[in-house]
Amino acid sequence: MIANTIFFWIFSLIAVISALFMITRKHPLSSALCLVITFIALSGLYGLLSAKLLFVIQILVYAGAIMSLIIFSIMLLNVKEENLPKEDNIKKRVIFSSLLLLPMFFIIYLSIELYETYYFQDISSDFGSIKSLGLFLFTKYTLPFEIVSILLLIALLGVVVLAKRKI
Amino acid sequence: MISTQDYLIVSAILFFIGVLGVLTRKNLFIIFMSIELMLNSVNLTFVTFSRFFEDLTGQAIVFLVIAVAAAEAAIGLSIVILIFKNKESLNIDDFNIMKG
Repeated sequence: MIANTIFFWIFSLIAVISALFMITRKHPLSSALCLVITFIALSGLYGLLSAKLLFVIQILVYAGAIMSLIIFSIMLLNVKEENLPKEDNIKKRVIFSSLLLLPMFFIIYLSIELYETYYFQDISSDFGSIKSLGLFLFTKYTLPFEIVSILLLIALLGVVVLAKRKI
Repeated sequence: MISTQDYLIVSAILFFIGVLGVLTRKNLFIIFMSIELMLNSVNLTFVTFSRFFEDLTGQAIVFLVIAVAAAEAAIGLSIVILIFKNKESLNIDDFNIMKG
């Protein structure tokens, strides 16, 4: 239990701090690398919540595939300093949007705090494992699973069409 | 001791960091990555509630959301690359063809 607490604080602090770094960096490449750290910390949080398959999937798909795709395309475009947009009055916009967002965050914080406090009980080691989640996906959620495969096929075709066309 | 609320608060903080990134930055790539961050924070909420109710539905939904996010990233990045090749710029204020 003590180890759980310590790891929760480590992972959530890493996630929040590197997410803050992500939105403040000037060059998109450094913010993409900060986002990779956020995703790895989030996968640690999934592991603490005993979602073992999602822990692996998050590292493989998000931190591995999607982020390397983003980093690859930033490198492919060869973004230079002069291509980056000038963000001169950023302080004004940060203050304005914080004023806009703080009431919403306060409402969500209050509604979370009003929720009943629940400390996690011990759970069987089968919960969230590859076998149980796979069985669950292929029995109860077969139709959404197949529809997602069609969606991925459409995305594949769409990328090919977009890449071939000259605009 | 860590309760459900701590996970939910971390997820809310990450979501609002993502919204702040979308509202304040002008760089196309950083807005795109902020959207990815918001998707991930919602995933954390789903996994927390799945552990809370000891029900695998939340994790199944996260599985599907990750697949949808992968498709979205592929399409979005190809659009970004085409836009950059056309306009030589990453500033979203330059992309006002639709007059939105």
